[in-house]
Parts: sequence; structure tokens; C-alpha cells
Amino acid sequence: MSFSPNIVGFACQWCTYAGADLAGNLRCKYPPTVKLIKVPCSGRVKPEYVLQALAQGADGVLVGGCHFGDCHYKDGNYKTKNRMDLLSKLIADMGFDPRRLRLEWISGAEGQKFAKVITEFTEELIALGPNPLKKEEELINE
Amino acid sequence: MSEKLKVGFLLLGGCAGCEMAVVDLSEKLVDALAHLEVVFWAPTVADVKYHDLEAMDDGYIDVAFIDGMIRLDEHIHMAKVMRKKAKTLIAFGVCAALGGTAGMGSLHTKEELFSKAFKNTTTTDNPDNVYPSPHCLVDGKYDLTLPAYEDKVRTLNQIVDVDYYIGGCPPHHSHVEVAIGALVTKQLPPKGSWITNGKAVCDVCKRNPTRNGNGGRIMVDKVLRMVDGIPDDNVCLLQQGYLCFGPITQGDCGGSCLNVNIPCRGCGGPIPGNEDYGAQALTSIASILGSEDATASLMEKYPNLAKFFYRYALPSGTLPRKM
Repeated sequence: MSFSPNIVGFACQWCTYAGADLAGNLRCKYPPTVKLIKVPCSGRVKPEYVLQALAQGADGVLVGGCHFGDCHYKDGNYKTKNRMDLLSKLIADMGFDPRRLRLEWISGAEGQKFAKVITEFTEELIALGPNPLKKEEELINE
Repeated sequence: MSEKLKVGFLLLGGCAGCEMAVVDLSEKLVDALAHLEVVFWAPTVADVKYHDLEAMDDGYIDVAFIDGMIRLDEHIHMAKVMRKKAKTLIAFGVCAALGGTAGMGSLHTKEELFSKAFKNTTTTDNPDNVYPSPHCLVDGKYDLTLPAYEDKVRTLNQIVDVDYYIGGCPPHHSHVEVAIGALVTKQLPPKGSWITNGKAVCDVCKRNPTRNGNGGRIMVDKVLRMVDGIPDDNVCLLQQGYLCFGPITQGDCGGSCLNVNIPCRGCGGPIPGNEDYGAQALTSIASILGSEDATASLMEKYPNLAKFFYRYALPSGTLPRKM
């Protein structure tokens, strides 16, 4: 069977989550690879969540927030940006490809952008292959 | 007190600095020995061997302190033996509790570490590339053994149940005194907790800006390392742009490093309610970066963020080693 990546998506309830809803309403087509988790703000996504997703075998993690200036809490997404920049360097230092963590600004009106991001991210992850932790597990099980 | 408390100390993959912290109690240790009987202290202080511990009855030791992380199969074996012999087991110091600085070894392969330690250092002369190996046959008849090297560093609680944790590299002797006092008087927190005053380093730090009315949100535009200048003695290091982990670290040390102008790197262990020290450190530091330039300068000045944020805590992290 061909590899279908498993993406954990943290979506801000004010924008990206609404954008995902709109993608559904618009009947946009995108691969069924993402499991969305609604969060109050992308600034609520602690690095622990991303690390935990990778540790439990997610192939990619998407963090979706509002465009700069649009944050419902004024500056939550600026904090997200700082944090995710550092985190993507951190996971690279831990031996993961930093492309496995993707930060996107998707507003509630951008259903098509949501579909496009998921399609692109899925293709990128197929090229990268499964989470290296899963390979190790398979080796141990063999 | 009718009977003395039987205590044991066991050093695993550590430097014995934690045991020095016990010795640093000096005359207070002499007072404490009126209530304590040291029945095992190896391999550092007492002339006892591992098989002496193995020969003890189960539960013979009232309180056992283990310092150092777990890297060798011998460490795993001895930790399990000590767990059986001790009624109460304490992970003493940050290595046993979170992995310690040696935990950063998990970011390298065994090959990298061995070639650095036994081959490539300038003071090493090893033309035949002799590396330690678990078995070695000498003269065809002496079968010599060394402990085998595990694939990663582990914390004590990844091997056995731990009753209490004490942070610090090493624990400050004043805190060791408090901890031993708590043990002798049996005023201990619930099992599985840290023995701590429960305050962050900032709480005990004399530079805390709220003490002199300069509190409020900290935002820096540039990040500095200690080589970039000498920080002002009385101003919060974070306000000056020197990255300090005081806000998220237990302050049982009394802010020792801050008193001598050195930023906190988190040896005290995480303040309660936090399970992944490095991730919390990242969150805390990211929240003071006021611009993208500040983020960029941090990443430029600290080439390996895993070693920066997880200086003392990598093996206890969500991702305990390099993939």
C-alpha cells in the first residue's frame, strides 16, 4: 500500500478552523490526511504538543493561525511565529526534517488556501517519507 | 529518636558532585549523623562493594540516594538492586532526576562519542584505535569484562520507581540540609514529588525587577551571550537580553548563579506542573523576543537549540534523543 501521511493540525478557532469549514462548504478537494484539533488561538499551541505529536508517530504537524494583525487576541500569532521558528530549529537539532512542522496563516475566508496547503503538505510529506520514529519501531518489531 | 535512619548513597553515571554537596554540609552533617546511619556509600566514600548491597535484606535501607544518570547496563542493574533494598528511593540531583548534562550525549551516536573520547582529543594517543569493549580476552585465558554501553541516556525513573526527586547540579548544600531535615522528621510531600521550596529561581533572585518597581512585560530586541559583554549586576538578565531560565526553574539554589552574574540554565528542575523542561524553556524564551531580528540572533548565537534548552533535561524530554 502506498504511504499516506498522518498530519496533526492545530487550527485556531477564529480563522484556520473556519477556513477548513469553508473548504468543506465549497466542496474543495484535498487528501484525507489531516486530523484537525481546534485550539483557541495558534498562540495556545505549546511546543510540547508538537513534540508529542511527532513522538507518537505523526508524519507532519500543521499549525494554522490568523494573518498578522488579525489575531482575535491582538498578538497571539506573533508569539506563535517566534515559538515555531525556534521549535522548527529545535526539531531539526533533534534529527527531524524541519519541513515536518509547517506554520500557515489561513483566514476564515480562505477555504481554498486551506485545501491547497493540505495538498502541498501531503505531497511534501510523501516525498519525505514516514516519521523516522516509525521506521525504528518497525525494525524493533521485526 | 529511638533508632537511626539507615541511609545509602549510590553513584551511577555522575561526577560525584552531588555527594560532595552532602559532604559540604560539614558540621551540620556531623549533627545529622546522630540520626542517620550510613550503611552503603559506593563507589565513592565507603569501602563497600556492590555485592555487599546485593547481600542486604530487601527493604533494609530506609532512604537511598541515587545520583547520576543511567548509561551502562551496570547502572540499570544497580538501580534495580538499590530499589529492592530501599524503602524510599530519592533521585538525588538533576542527572538522576532529568538526565543532566551527560544526557546531551543522546544527541550523538556511540561512534561520535567514542571517537571523541578515545581517539580524537589532542591529549589522546591511541594509534591502534583501541576502544573499550564489554569483553576482552587477555593472554588467551583472562576473560575481562566492562559494563556495556546503552544506546541512550536514561533517567532513574525510566528504570525504577522513584519516590522523591531533588534537583540541582549539584543540589545546593542548604537545600540538602532542608531535604535531610525533612527525611529525619518525616515531613515529606506525597510520593513522586520533588523535594523543593516550590518557588522559581526568579522568586529568590535579588535581581527580580518587581522588587525595585521595574516589573512588567519583558521584550528584547537583541539576544546576548555571556561572551558579548558583562551584564549589569543588579538588573534582571532577561531585561538585558541575556537568556536566563530562572522563570521556569525551581529556586532551591537561592539563585546562586544569578548572584555571580551567570544566567540560570535550569539545573534545579522544572517548576511544578511542567513535564517537558526544554519545551517550556523554549516557550518562555520565545515570549520575550520582541522582533524577528531577536529570534534570528538567538538562532545564530546558539547553534544547537536542543543543547541549549535541554541542557540538563534531554533524557526526560518528549523526544529523549536524536532520531
